Amino acid sequence: MSNEIATRKPPTYYEEVQNKGYSRRDFLQFASMMAAFIGLESNAIGQVAKAMETKPRVPVIWLHFQECTCCSESFIRSSHPIVADILLDKISLDYTETLMAASGFQAEEAMHNTMKKYKGEYILCVEGSVPTKADGVYCMIGGKTSLQILEEAAENAKAVIAWGSCASNGCVQAAKPNPTSATPIHKLVKGKPVIKVPGCPPIGEVMAGVIVHLITFDRIPELDSLGRPKAFYSKRVHDTCYRRPFYDAGLYVESFDDENAKKGYCLYKVGCKGPSTYNACGVMKWNNGTSFPIQSGHGCIGCSEENYWDNGRLYDRASSFAGFGIEANADTFGKVALGVTAAAMAGHAVMTNVRKKKLIRTLEDEGKQSEQELKS
Amino acid sequence: MLNMKTKYLHVHRLRRVYVWELPVRYYHWLNAGAIIVLIVTGFFIGDPLALQSKEEAANRFVMGWVRAIHFFAAYIFFFNFLFRLYWGFVGNKYANWKQFIPTSKKFFKEMWTVFKIDILMMRGKEHISIGHNAMAGFIYFLTFWAFLIQCLTGFGLYASMGTWWLPKLFAWVPAMFGGDIMTRQVHHWAMWFFILFAVIHVYLVFYHDYVEGRGEISSMGGGWKFIEEEVFENEEHHTPNVVEKKS
Ligand code: SF4
Ligand code: SF4
Repeated sequence: MSNEIATRKPPTYYEEVQNKGYSRRDFLQFASMMAAFIGLESNAIGQVAKAMETKPRVPVIWLHFQECTCCSESFIRSSHPIVADILLDKISLDYTETLMAASGFQAEEAMHNTMKKYKGEYILCVEGSVPTKADGVYCMIGGKTSLQILEEAAENAKAVIAWGSCASNGCVQAAKPNPTSATPIHKLVKGKPVIKVPGCPPIGEVMAGVIVHLITFDRIPELDSLGRPKAFYSKRVHDTCYRRPFYDAGLYVESFDDENAKKGYCLYKVGCKGPSTYNACGVMKWNNGTSFPIQSGHGCIGCSEENYWDNGRLYDRASSFAGFGIEANADTFGKVALGVTAAAMAGHAVMTNVRKKKLIRTLEDEGKQSEQELKS
Repeated sequence: MLNMKTKYLHVHRLRRVYVWELPVRYYHWLNAGAIIVLIVTGFFIGDPLALQSKEEAANRFVMGWVRAIHFFAAYIFFFNFLFRLYWGFVGNKYANWKQFIPTSKKFFKEMWTVFKIDILMMRGKEHISIGHNAMAGFIYFLTFWAFLIQCLTGFGLYASMGTWWLPKLFAWVPAMFGGDIMTRQVHHWAMWFFILFAVIHVYLVFYHDYVEGRGEISSMGGGWKFIEEEVFENEEHHTPNVVEKKS
């Protein structure tokens, strides 16, 4: 089916919307929602709507490597049905193993047709990390390693989007000792802009927002120093968290079953990683804006941050030391070092009085003599 | 008994040397104060006390203030540090950068001597220095690196909250560490270096005052240290590196 689509003149997004039976009202609702998500002013709603009306849909190749498909799951659950129906539906996706009807040879063919026909025009979305150990045998599709597939698909892509923490920073597959050498894609794709959309998974609206931005403005959204779209990743979860007043007031949950937890105090001391996590959860929330972890009484685990799986424990703020066992954190280490230092100093002080006795005596005698000789 | 000894006792004449200039002394105490404030507030930020209160959260700003004090102190620490770097080029010879960076064989030899005589307390000729001894100078050089690490990681973490351009200049630091979590941990670990350093530093100041009797402790107050006249005349004192006279 997909290869059949790939050879036809692509319809515009609006045409697809109409074909699907949505009203103009639904469409405009969708456009304003998207404009709001990507942080545009209200007069840009028209711009978004116009782009969707006039521009033919952008061909998308969506690759799946070492991942759990939670990014796709999140995407198809984003709040407006048009997102799932139009942006991600089999019509928009020219190739995605998970959701396309075709399989095997047909699927491969669909991908190649898209790559050939829309050279330099298609968007490449990557979900999952690429294993590079053992010549990449840990993840192979259609007889090719994921690295080969990625390189081939990236070569003529207009832009590359790294969906989720796996593609952005390796996620749990890259946790020590990283047996398959799971590698985030920005380290493998050369000479192409890579938009990182980390999170495990990223928020569906954020994913839709990135795509809509690409379609509307025909260029990649503004990125921060780590390559994430500024519109969604420039604030920490902590900065938009509704429990922040408790944090500033110094009122914290001490354990999950205490009175403070009931009162909804800040979760900082039970390991909330909101203060070091850049994501939009506090604003957009999850599942159609229903809630987000902190609202449900659980701290943020920092799922959109690099190495969150190795950087300390989920329910603890202590700074763990790699290689010192699970219990050793920086403060225990520091206290031991302090104890050793104190003991060494005490030993040194005793030895000073023994070894430098003569010297100290001379000083004392000299001083005492001057005291005696001084006329009062 | 004292009188019997009197005839054999040689009473030293001491010469007064202005070692630590006023700016150096200001730097030292400002730095010490800032570090203490930073450590105390830093510990609180890392693991706040369980302060309970019946007050409404909106009327309290405990963590807010602790953090604000941490940031104020950080700015003082930072600019003070920059000033000290500058003074390493224009200050007197004991403040000069050459006293901190081992650039000659003499420097390493002196470090070894200090290690033998003052740390292992082996027998040998006592070592007399006026400013820093080579070992101390080198340790201060390491503290300057620790200062740098603390400024980089601290302002790096602050960069995303600040509106001023200065902290924003440090935004690349968390990017380099792959995020705030790691940056914060490095910031936390490095703090322990400061604590250990402070403890050892204070101990050694007392030690030197005790075995040398030349005003080590008070020197950071008035700036003076004292040196025996014959040591002065015979040029028996040590300086880690020779600093050429400014014209
Ligand atoms: S719950 Fe977490 S994100 Fe919210 S204020 Fe507390 S520490 Fe920050
Ligand atoms: S609150 Fe934190 S852990 Fe939860 S989804 Fe958001 S970034 Fe990830």
